[in-house]
Formats: sequence, structure tokens, C-alpha cells
Amino acid sequence: MQDILHAPDTGPLSADARSVSRPVIDIRDLSLTFETNDGPVHALSNIDLTIGKGDFVSFIGPSGCGKTTLLRVIADLEQKTGGEITVNSTTPENARLDRSYGYVFQAAALYPWRTIEKNIALPLEIMGLSKAEQRARIDKVLALVELSDFGKKFPWQLSGGMQQRASIARALAVEPDLLLMDEPFGALDEIVRDHLNDQLHQLWAKTNKTVVFVTHSIPEAVYLSTKIVVLCPRPGRIYDVIDSTLPRERTLDMRESEEFLKIAHRVREGLKAGHSYED
Amino acid sequence: MSAIASRRSSITLSMMLSWGVVALVALGLVTTTFTPDISPLDAPALAACLGLLGILGVRFGLGLAHHRIGDIALGVVTTLACGFLLRATADHAGAATTGFFFLLLAAWGAAWLFIERLAAWKLKGAGAKALNLAIPVLFGIWVLVVWELVTVGLGVPKVLLPAPSDIWTRLIGSVPILWADFRQTFLKAVIVGYVLGCGSGFLAAIAVDRVPFLRRGLMPIGNLVSALPIVGVAPIMVMWFGFDWPSKAAVVIIMTFFPMLVNTVAGLAASDAMQRDLMRTYASSYGQTLTKLRLPMAMPFIFNALKINSTLALIGAIVAEFFGTPIVGMGFRISTEVGRMNVDMVWAEIAVAALAGSLFYGAVALLERAVTFWHPSIRG
Repeated sequence: MQDILHAPDTGPLSADARSVSRPVIDIRDLSLTFETNDGPVHALSNIDLTIGKGDFVSFIGPSGCGKTTLLRVIADLEQKTGGEITVNSTTPENARLDRSYGYVFQAAALYPWRTIEKNIALPLEIMGLSKAEQRARIDKVLALVELSDFGKKFPWQLSGGMQQRASIARALAVEPDLLLMDEPFGALDEIVRDHLNDQLHQLWAKTNKTVVFVTHSIPEAVYLSTKIVVLCPRPGRIYDVIDSTLPRERTLDMRESEEFLKIAHRVREGLKAGHSYED
Repeated sequence: MSAIASRRSSITLSMMLSWGVVALVALGLVTTTFTPDISPLDAPALAACLGLLGILGVRFGLGLAHHRIGDIALGVVTTLACGFLLRATADHAGAATTGFFFLLLAAWGAAWLFIERLAAWKLKGAGAKALNLAIPVLFGIWVLVVWELVTVGLGVPKVLLPAPSDIWTRLIGSVPILWADFRQTFLKAVIVGYVLGCGSGFLAAIAVDRVPFLRRGLMPIGNLVSALPIVGVAPIMVMWFGFDWPSKAAVVIIMTFFPMLVNTVAGLAASDAMQRDLMRTYASSYGQTLTKLRLPMAMPFIFNALKINSTLALIGAIVAEFFGTPIVGMGFRISTEVGRMNVDMVWAEIAVAALAGSLFYGAVALLERAVTFWHPSIRG
């Protein structure tokens, strides 16, 4: 893909080689405490995590475990109160200002006064790209999410699944190496969800992007991930990190395989243990 | 089930109306319409129309005329009956008696029945649009007809309520004066004041949004200014800006500033957290977030203010002219003509103001539909 072929060409070869071996996201002893009227809330504590280039990492856990908060810290939408975090070897703020990630929200958050094309053009306009470059990228990402015939439609004329695909296309148009996705398929029905999981997997396999994916669906996490991070609540912390033993290329029917069920079982045990620890 | 029920009930309503019309026509034909002793039989054309109306009423009452031809016949006969009744009333102004009211009610019932039938027509495309427009227009005409019949028939003094025909005559006869007044009040004071008031309210809202301390400082002042009584402000503006239209424009600015400020500030806060986070992930600047997200989101609020202000501006300019003005202007004309008991001229000015205000509001509403086509309240 274009963005990978034209990787940033900075400094001598040794520095370049070093940056490749460096993790995309490096988190050490990270904590985040919200000060509320009822006293401090420990949303995240003692988080240690490294995410390498080309990884597909899922955060899974019950509500209130801080999985979305952790993603928002990576995206510089929340500020840590302790510990260290680097994204692309720099602070999350610099990474955001460099536009080095694409973020997909729980809802599509498309602007109703813009057509699908114009919604995808939004970040490109902000980046100040030329009209021709915008056009080229719009056509490319629309084809990638199979919405080429719907570019001229308004968001409210599309189904929920199509809207979410359009929002993924919008995140891809920035051509980031890192995709941050916060329960992007949470509001969709099972069949649409399976289809989009498959599409997302193909996309990741084709482009070798790094993906951080928040979910509370065990099959979704196991099917998509190379690494599954199980979080538990109060305070939000990492309970288990599971490196997937499944091959990189996956198909939906793999979900019946013994390997798959074994990983799913371990995730489920982790979620259960995380809960009982509290009670 | 409910559709069938409502259809059935509308049929009974039509039938009740039809028999009511038949009864009233019969009563009207046998009683005295105008003193001393004039009945419809003295005006053959009117009597013929009433006869036809009775026959049509019987057919509708029996449910025998359910075609559009019957509906159109009803409309034509009702129009003719009203026309002949208007002529007879003009010939016997102020002489109406019992029978006149039977005829008036019969005409009312027939007109209602006609509208009822018309509303049930199922048309498509341009026909449906024309029908949607025709019903309120017909209703408006009907109000004028009743107004004319009652004021002329009962001989209501012109000082209390002139007939529409009197107002129309005065309107047509005073076009140059009305145009000069319109130009002075509407084209100068209202338009200039509206543009400046709405524009400054909008810019103030952007400033309030950008500089947080202004929210605490400017908003209360804006609130205070909008609470000032117009009868107190207008003479002061005359002293500051002179007798001519600039002092009226100043009053309009004061009246329109605050609604625009409050609505725009609310509109700028209308975008939700996710949409703002999205712009943040794009490292969007304040100006980019403002023009690409927050102002489009604020448009429904801004148009609310523009619509409210379109009527406020006209009221403000007219009332302000009561407190010192050159000898031209809609407010000036109303205040002097009332003093001279020329109430028909006052009504003519009111008609001009109502028409101008409605067109102004309509133009803003059309623009709103074009700009906020995406809003759930408009996209339908």
C-alpha cells in the first residue's frame, strides 16, 4: 500500500532501522485518576503494555474496566496522571498533531449536512490536501469498504452498518499506520457484525496496519486479534495478555476450531476471574 | 381499522353539514333578508343559486354526489351565491335582519362542506401541491367574505371596523403614500436594523464563545438591553440619531441583537462530545472546528433567531415612529390617521405591514429549508 511503501524517510539507515524495531505504542506503569465530587476514581492503574508494528490488539473487559479510557489516552483525548506512554516514539499529543492515527468511534459520527464523500473529505480538507489528492483517496477508501456507489448519498440515507463502514473509510482516508477503534460494531446486529469483522480482518491483513480495538465481544476479539488484553475494573487494570496462536490469515469458519475455542475459553476465564476478584 | 372509522365519521360530518345547508337555505328563502321587506325572491339570480345549493345539499346529504364534478359544482354554486349575496348586501347596507343570518350560515356551511370535500381529494405531484396551497387561500378568502357581509349587512361603523372593500379602495387609492411609507419604514429602518442587529448579535456570540470572560460580562449586558422598554428607548434614539430612519434602525438593532446572541451561543454548544473529539483527532484548529462543525450545527438555532427577529424588527420600527419622525413612515401614518379617524387608512397600513412581514418571514423560512435541509425536522 502507498502509505507503507512511502514510509517516512528520516535520518540515516541505522535510525530508520531502530524506529522499525521500536514498538508503536509503549505504556509503562500508566495510571489515570479522575477527581470527582465523591473523591478520586481510579480509571486506570499500573498499565504496562507494548504494541508492535502490524499487531492487532483487542482490549476486552466488562463496562467500567477502563478499556475505552485507555484507548482515549493513546489518542490524547484523555490525559494520564502517572506513568509513561509513547505513541510512534513520541507523546500522544505530538502523535495526534502529526495525524498519525485514525480513530473510529462507537457511533459513526458522520455530519448529516455532508454527503458520504464529503464526510470522508473532512479530515483531508483539514490537512490541506489538494482537491485531486482528496478525490483519489476518497475513491480508494470507498472501494476498500465497498461503498463506491454511495459516495453521493447523505448519511441519513444509509443503514447503520453502511454508516459505520463510511466512518471507517473516513479514518482510513488519513492513511494512518495506526487505527484506534472504540467498539465500532457494538450497535450492529450479529450478521452485519460478522460481515464487517471479516472485512476489517481482510483490510488489516492487506495493509499491515497496527490496530487497537476495544470490544466486549469474545468471538470478535479472538477472531480479529494477534494479542488480546483482558482488563478488569475498580481500579481499571490489565488482568491477562493473551498472544493468539491462530495463524495471521483467518476465515470466519475458524471460529469452530479447537484452537479458537481454547483462546476464547481463556479470555472468558480471565473476565470471570477479574469480576470475582472484586466481589 | 382507524382509517375506516375516520372515513366513516367524515362522511357523517359531510352529511350533517349538507342537511344543515338545506335547512338554512329553506329558512332563508321564506324569511325576510333585509328590512323593510326584501327576501331572496326579489333577487332572481340569488334565489336561483340558493335553489341549486339546496338541490346539491340534498344530493350530498343522501351520499349521491361523491364525484369530483359534484364537488366542483358545489364550489361554483357557493361562490356564485356568495357573489350575489354580497351584491344584494351592498344594495341594502345596514338593513340585514333574521333571514340574512340564515343565508350567511347556509353559505358558511356550503363553504365548509366544499373545503371538507376538497381536503379529501387524493392528488399526486403538482396537483397535490396546488391543493395544499388552495385550501388556506380559500379559507383566507372566506374570512374576507364573512367580514364583508357582516360589516356591510349590519352597517358596522367604519371607525370600529371598516369592510374589506373599503380598505381595498383606500389601499388602491393611496398607493404612492403607502409606497413612500413602506420605503421609509421597511426598506430603510427594518432592513438596515435587521442586518446590523442580527450581524452584531452573531459576531458577539462568536466573541462570547471564544473569550470565556465575555460570557460572564457580555451576556448580562445583552440581556439587560433586550429588557429595556421600547417606549423608553425610542425617544432616546431619536435624540441620539435624529428624526429620520437611523434612529428607528437603532431601535431595531436593540430589539434583534439579543435573540440572535442567545440563539447563536446555544447553537455553538449544540455539537456533541463525540463530534468535537473527532475534530480533535484530526488536530483541527479552532477556526476549522468552528466553520466545519460548530456553525453548521448552529444553523437551526441561528435561523430560529432570524425568524423571530423578522417580525420583531417590523414591530420595533413601526412603534419607534410614534416617538418623533419625519412626516413619512408606516408608524407615523398609523398614529396620525388614527387621530383623524381615518381607520381605513390604518387598516391599509396594517395590511401592508402584514403582507411585508409574512413575505419577509417566508423568505427567511425558505432560506432555512435550503441551508438546514439535513436537519430531521426538515428532511421529513
